[in-house]
Amino acid sequence: MKSHIPETRLDEIRNQAALGQLDAKGVRPPGSPFPETNSYYGLPIVKPPVWTWEIPLYFFAGGAAGVSSVIALTAQMTGASKSLVRDARWIAAIGAAVSGPLLILDLGRPERFLNMLRVFKPQSPMSVGAWTLTAFGTASAGAVIAELLRMRRVSDAAAFIAALSGLVMATYTGVLLGATAIPVWSRHARSLPVHFGASALASASALLALRGHDEPALNILGLAAAALETYMGIEIESCDDVESEPLRNGPTGLTTRIGGFFSGPLPLALRLLGIRSKRARRVAAASALLGSLLTRVAWVEAGKASAADPRPLLK
Amino acid sequence: MAVTGFLTDSTLCIGCKACEVACKEWNDVPDDGFVWSGLSYDNTLALGHSTYRHVKFVERQPKSGCGGNAGEQLTWEFSSDVCKHCENAGCLEACPTGSIVRTEFGSVFVQPDICNGCGYCVVSCPFGVVDRRPDDGRAFKCTFCYDRQKAGAEPACAKACPTGSILFGRLDDLERAADRRIAQLHASGMTDATIWNPKETSVGGTHAFFLVRGDARAYNLPPKPEVPTTLLKQSWSAAAVVAGAMAGLSLAAFLYSSSNRRGAK
Repeated sequence: MKSHIPETRLDEIRNQAALGQLDAKGVRPPGSPFPETNSYYGLPIVKPPVWTWEIPLYFFAGGAAGVSSVIALTAQMTGASKSLVRDARWIAAIGAAVSGPLLILDLGRPERFLNMLRVFKPQSPMSVGAWTLTAFGTASAGAVIAELLRMRRVSDAAAFIAALSGLVMATYTGVLLGATAIPVWSRHARSLPVHFGASALASASALLALRGHDEPALNILGLAAAALETYMGIEIESCDDVESEPLRNGPTGLTTRIGGFFSGPLPLALRLLGIRSKRARRVAAASALLGSLLTRVAWVEAGKASAADPRPLLK
Repeated sequence: MAVTGFLTDSTLCIGCKACEVACKEWNDVPDDGFVWSGLSYDNTLALGHSTYRHVKFVERQPKSGCGGNAGEQLTWEFSSDVCKHCENAGCLEACPTGSIVRTEFGSVFVQPDICNGCGYCVVSCPFGVVDRRPDDGRAFKCTFCYDRQKAGAEPACAKACPTGSILFGRLDDLERAADRRIAQLHASGMTDATIWNPKETSVGGTHAFFLVRGDARAYNLPPKPEVPTTLLKQSWSAAAVVAGAMAGLSLAAFLYSSSNRRGAK
């Protein structure tokens, strides 16, 4: 007797059927108990996001670039080393230069990307984001180009605008996800901007650290970001509502946890325990960078998983 | 121009899918796959980028009987789903290009010559109606037969409906008609007939509303839909706080660095 299922499976089916809850998918045998349900065959209510890999990568690049421009400005204001300011400005400019094409690539009609600038709608985070990226991209590119042309005043003015729009760049993406109909995102509408901001702060300071800058300020920023990420991780873990299930269960839950570990506890421990070790700081930076990227992927994928579950919307 | 609407009466629907066919043909909507779902007679499954009308086949589960005796009777109801054309429409608010507009008939319309397929309306619809057509790249949903209404005709689905389950007309007329129908049904003993129209929520009511029997959740009609714009305030406030904190922290960290440098000199 050869079979593709073990004999014990039949016992399992009998026991479930006796309790009136057959969890098997597929054809229900005639006469089997109907499971009670208050939804339409458990089919989804909202549509999953159509966004592909470009979007989490954009969240990562745009966030790191945005905070980099803030670091560039504050470093310059306090008289930090010129090479740090220059590198931070370059990271901002390169990040912005990567962000534009990523967003355009994700459009269903990339050739129509300029339609984004047809109107300005403050009630649409996507519209606010398109305009912010335009301002940030122009300003951050302007800052490094003007610097190359030795136009210091223009460069500094552009860097100032880049820092202001950079703050929006680093946080608006949280609003973009939060203010939607996707249950796991809207449930975390308040914490998403904080989480994305912390992630951007961690990745910007990590990129500069990996460029070889060992300024104490960068370590402080990395430490603060790791502490905030650890807190966000605890907050996510303590949400036991049905909306937050994709952050705990399945592949998206695993990605969330791995991303959280590399963003929060690991760099936090490395920075606290290896306080005098440059090597520990660099490993912490690399970990934070990886964690930031995974966190963005996890949130987008969790949104897709969440859209498939009608339960939160039928409460 | 008068605001028009749809009243879809599930007590009159016979599940013939004439509305689905008429909509596909009139609007020249492409084929979106052919699957046997195994879920009653519903092989359409959901509204989407290429499905603007969707007939649901709601099988109410009977309480199982005991010892081979019959339980309650199986009930079978049909209801033709459609874009709700919300009073406060999530897709319209979210659209960054201004492609999605409110028409003179009060309906919500995606202008195909402007949409660039950013996909933000898709996640902003509380009813999962609008979606991006993969091979086309743009977002599509029920147009409320804008072209036909412009010409003074009723939408294709309403015209093709053989039982009067899909009623088209002025929204205020339809709301009165729905109240009359409910009173009639209740008087004749169908006391579980109700109107689903989320007027008490942030959606503010829908221009396409439904008469269903019993719990509307069995039709996947959410009891408390919310338009995502209600989340903007709390989300942007959080963003502002964290942005300010990051700027302040960064400045403080570099001030600390610079005082260290001066101390070392």
